[in-house]
Amino acid sequence: MNQNEPILRMRGITKSFGPVSVLKGVDFEAHLGEVTALVGDNGAGKSTLVKCIGGTYSIDAGDYLFEGRPVKVHGPRDSAALGIEIVYQDLALCDNLDIVQNMFLGREQLNLVRTLDEPSMERLAGETLASLSVRTVSSVRQKVASLSGGQRQTVAIAKAVLWNSKVVILDEPTAALGVAQTAEVLRLVRNLADQGLAVILISHNMNDVLQVSDRIAALYLGQMAALVKRSEVTHTQIVELITAGRSGNLGLPLSTTLSSNGAAL
Amino acid sequence: MSEMTDSRAGAAPVVTAAVPRSLGESFYNYRQRVRTGEIGALPAVIGIVLLLIIFSFAQTGFLSLSSFISILQESAPTITLAMGLVFVLLLGEIDLSAGVVGSTAAAFGAILSVKHGIAWPLAIIGAAAFGAVAGSLLGWLRARIGIPSFVVTLAAFISFQGAQILVIGSSSGQVSIGDKILLQLDNGRLSPVLGWVYLVIAVVAYTAVKLMQVNGRRRQGLASEPMSLLVLRIGALIVGGAIFVYFCNVDEALTWQQRQGIHIRGVPWVVPIIAAMLVVLSFALDKTRYGRHVYAVGGNDEAARRAGIPVRLIRTSVFVICSTMAAFSGLFLASELNGVNTQEGGGNVLLLAVAAAVIGGTSLMGGRGRVVDAVLGGLALAILQYGMSNLIKGGNASAYQYIITGIVLLLAAAVDALSRHAGRSTS
Repeated sequence: MNQNEPILRMRGITKSFGPVSVLKGVDFEAHLGEVTALVGDNGAGKSTLVKCIGGTYSIDAGDYLFEGRPVKVHGPRDSAALGIEIVYQDLALCDNLDIVQNMFLGREQLNLVRTLDEPSMERLAGETLASLSVRTVSSVRQKVASLSGGQRQTVAIAKAVLWNSKVVILDEPTAALGVAQTAEVLRLVRNLADQGLAVILISHNMNDVLQVSDRIAALYLGQMAALVKRSEVTHTQIVELITAGRSGNLGLPLSTTLSSNGAAL
Repeated sequence: MSEMTDSRAGAAPVVTAAVPRSLGESFYNYRQRVRTGEIGALPAVIGIVLLLIIFSFAQTGFLSLSSFISILQESAPTITLAMGLVFVLLLGEIDLSAGVVGSTAAAFGAILSVKHGIAWPLAIIGAAAFGAVAGSLLGWLRARIGIPSFVVTLAAFISFQGAQILVIGSSSGQVSIGDKILLQLDNGRLSPVLGWVYLVIAVVAYTAVKLMQVNGRRRQGLASEPMSLLVLRIGALIVGGAIFVYFCNVDEALTWQQRQGIHIRGVPWVVPIIAAMLVVLSFALDKTRYGRHVYAVGGNDEAARRAGIPVRLIRTSVFVICSTMAAFSGLFLASELNGVNTQEGGGNVLLLAVAAAVIGGTSLMGGRGRVVDAVLGGLALAILQYGMSNLIKGGNASAYQYIITGIVLLLAAAVDALSRHAGRSTS
């Protein structure tokens, strides 16, 4: 299933906000059919990296390669055009609209007389949810206000895959969920990758990361400490990569972590 | 990992809307919706029925034809104003100036007609254009400059009272309408035949639209409403409409008047006019991309912005619609009062319209409301006011009317607030 050529590759990405250097030459890649977990402590630069991929932030230096070609991404529209969708933590759903209306928000389909084509939108929404094996939603005409946290997450993810997207980035999708709902969302995340999408999962929860990811990318103070296969690391090693930037022979050279620590302090 | 990958696509049935298959089921679904807080216009409908029962017991002759027609005509300005306000309220905004802007626009139209001899259609268009320009100014101040709508429209409420005096000309303090059509906007009655013609048009159009909807869903392989419910709805429209037109066509003129060719009969003009406005505005809200975006901005403007919706343009547009509808409302009011004076549109005209929308089920917090709310709420309010004005007599009559109307508004807002709690998910 794994392909050698990553669909998304970031090379030597740097990003500063004034004097604060947030990303210091980060390499990152995501493959079709795989879940790549992006882990790191608060302030490691996870959100900044994701916003650079999504086009919210422009990169200072480095290469942005999509399907092997260098691309310029200047805004969210550019990344969406490439097929990159980001599901933010606050989901951005309208409580007063139903599931179909939310999934097509801003991209409503029109019929011949330029009015909303509700039947075809309803059918597509239903098919998308079914293709993700979503069974927790009883009706696509339910208002989002009446949904549980897990169901909302499901709708937000379904919204992201509705548009033939190739890369889906999920920002802490299980952060506020209970046990059963977390399991459901993780199943959905795995399902997306199995359908051939490249999934980037940002998470603080080691259990989630270990359970669903194929690769793990650990950021440490703006540097990519390691980008390794899930099968090659243990729970302890990941925690060390997150907290110290290195673990055994993995991670950043000792001198780099010390100097970075010093700079940060 | 294997236990996670075995759930494959295809095996799962397509998730679709839980569409009722029978009459009983659709009734059950409606009860469920009410229970989860989507009460819509239910309080207004119950209110209308209750008020009619109370007033008909409290005073003999309340359920007469003349009071029925009066209520319809007196409710027209409030309903029209409230229809425009629904758009503003959907975004969680408020337009305190709509009443005054409407009457200033009507004064502008009246001056065009009286002083410049301009034909009535152009005078109406002139008034509407005045409203649209005023609305775009308000919308610009709110959406581009970012002043809260409460402040923008409070300032406009004060300033436009001055503008209204200037437009009318301070010497007389009143511009009387001479044009017959403009005068009859609120008071006119259709000929009996025309009343029936409009009813037939309404029934045919409604049936056609509903059948097209059913057909559209069938083509996508989706379940649609049971036919029995559709037949029931059309049947109710025919029976209700026929009873309505029949009673409106009863001649109230005395026998000697009728001998001289004087008739007091026919469906009031306001009924087809408001019905047309209701259809056009409801269509805009429910069936167009624009309407969907209005609801989206009202529900979560950040989500709307991320979805690429031009939030500021939408915010500006609702003020334009509101002020334009206010102009039509001002024209109805001018017709009812035979002209525009410098005080018209002030006082509690605007607040009654807000009350009408809220009583009808439109939320003050934004995101929830329909144009039909304005009609039902406006009717409920008109019945209440008409009934009280006949029932409560004496020196303090108007005092009690104000108090009761205020309490009704509070009740409606309380229902809104409580239903929002009920609708919130608990898990």
